[in-house]
Amino acid sequence: MSGLLEVRGLRKAYGERLVLDDVSLSVAAGDVVCLIGSSGSGKSTLLRCLDLLEPVDDGTIHLDGVEITDPEVDLRAVRRRMGMVFQAYNLFPHLTILENCTLAPRRAHGVGRREARDRALDLLGRFGLAEHVDKHPDRLSGGQQQRAAVVRALCTQPTLLLLDEITAALDPELVGEVLDIVRDLAAGGTTMVLATHEMAFAREVATTVCFLEGGRILEQGPPDRIFTRPGQERTRAFLRRVLPS
Amino acid sequence: MGPAGGWTPSDHELGRREVRRRQRRRSLLVSTGTTVVVLGLLLLGLLAAPGWPRVQALFFSWEDARESFPAILDGIWLNIRLFVLCQLAILPLALLIAVSRGTRSPWLAPVRVVAVTYTDVVRGIPTILLVVLLGFGVPALQLEGLTNDRTFWAGVALVISYSAYVAEVFRAGIDSVHPSQVASAQALGLGHVRTLRHVVVPQAVRRVVPPLLNDFVSLQKDTALVSAVGVFDAVYTARDYGAYNFNYTPLVVVAAFFVAMTVPLARLTDWLQRRLVERERAGAR
Repeated sequence: MSGLLEVRGLRKAYGERLVLDDVSLSVAAGDVVCLIGSSGSGKSTLLRCLDLLEPVDDGTIHLDGVEITDPEVDLRAVRRRMGMVFQAYNLFPHLTILENCTLAPRRAHGVGRREARDRALDLLGRFGLAEHVDKHPDRLSGGQQQRAAVVRALCTQPTLLLLDEITAALDPELVGEVLDIVRDLAAGGTTMVLATHEMAFAREVATTVCFLEGGRILEQGPPDRIFTRPGQERTRAFLRRVLPS
Repeated sequence: MGPAGGWTPSDHELGRREVRRRQRRRSLLVSTGTTVVVLGLLLLGLLAAPGWPRVQALFFSWEDARESFPAILDGIWLNIRLFVLCQLAILPLALLIAVSRGTRSPWLAPVRVVAVTYTDVVRGIPTILLVVLLGFGVPALQLEGLTNDRTFWAGVALVISYSAYVAEVFRAGIDSVHPSQVASAQALGLGHVRTLRHVVVPQAVRRVVPPLLNDFVSLQKDTALVSAVGVFDAVYTARDYGAYNFNYTPLVVVAAFFVAMTVPLARLTDWLQRRLVERERAGAR
């Protein structure tokens, strides 16, 4: 158990439907792990299990050597160390962008009002949202909302950032601005696990790519190998479908 | 419970389940313990009060409870019938009022005005006044072809009063349905009425079930207001008994009856609500 995050033999079923089947994954600090695969392959469920939003049926997840799937652990303490960004932004519509970003630092992390505000303003400014801090989320474009959602997750200074298909709900022309942020974060050494449909992006930023199908990680490895010399026929078939030419 | 596929939980998982079982047992123990202690202390405080023997004789006399029981049972039956019939009238009427407030057609402007005035005025009048005004007033008009039954007119007063409240609950529900739902219904070519009927109102009604129950329970109790016009419902019967026998136990019996009616309704609504949530939001969090 050397990595930051160690997943062993994870299993998750909804009733009769098996969603994750014996999933094992290792994430070291600074890694950017991209989960690829068709819809329903289990990418989102895996991320939700990592953030303990879904109880697992079997297997273990260790964070920094501590088992977080242990029923005795404090869920909130674990989640405070992770940031999660959802496909549908999930910003709180009744709060301004700034309030969205300071809520968790102030109420869950005990950061002072001024410090939380400064930290949020700094990050919002860095990601081009300085002029929107006092607006409510519905006034912003999808790309701006999703950037704000990423900032909200970053404001708690998470050890691990989980991104669940954060560009899937965006117009193509807005995808770039959100991916730019993730690219910056990857370059800055932020540890991330992200589910994505953007293959070119995965290839560019990932340190490890995992191909999921039917709730299993069929194949994982560095992007260069997965994208150019996939070992599995199913991976090849998937890549043929999603990659142009 | 486990899905097919020959899977057996690992020892680790079995250990976790054991821990969870222990946690559940512990929390059950704590909740039972605290409940018993708190209720015990409250009871002790009541029984230790200096005036308790006198209160017990006046309000908790077993003989008086038994003696008044048959009459109260008759009375409560009237309350139940009133409640059910009024409720059946209130729901559609209130929905109609709520929907007519949201109409757009210029031809229906008078309807909107009436709906707004109705809710404003009726909600402003204490229900007991409406009951007295209609219960005594309408029969006094001696109109041809209309019944002079005070129970009937008291029931009408309840319907009028509550439909105004319930209409506002429905309206809040209708307003809470996201505009995108209306947009997508219109994009599918549905008109205003059909959009309301098939898309907005069904979602609105689901959302307002808890506040609706609140009003139902309130109505159940307010059927007791008909006693203000001398109708022999449970409360009037109990007061009648008390006036002759100088004992208030029947009022406590009536209270117990009302509680016994309310609790099953609350549990039923909880269950309906949970079933809806499970069916429509499975996995979406």
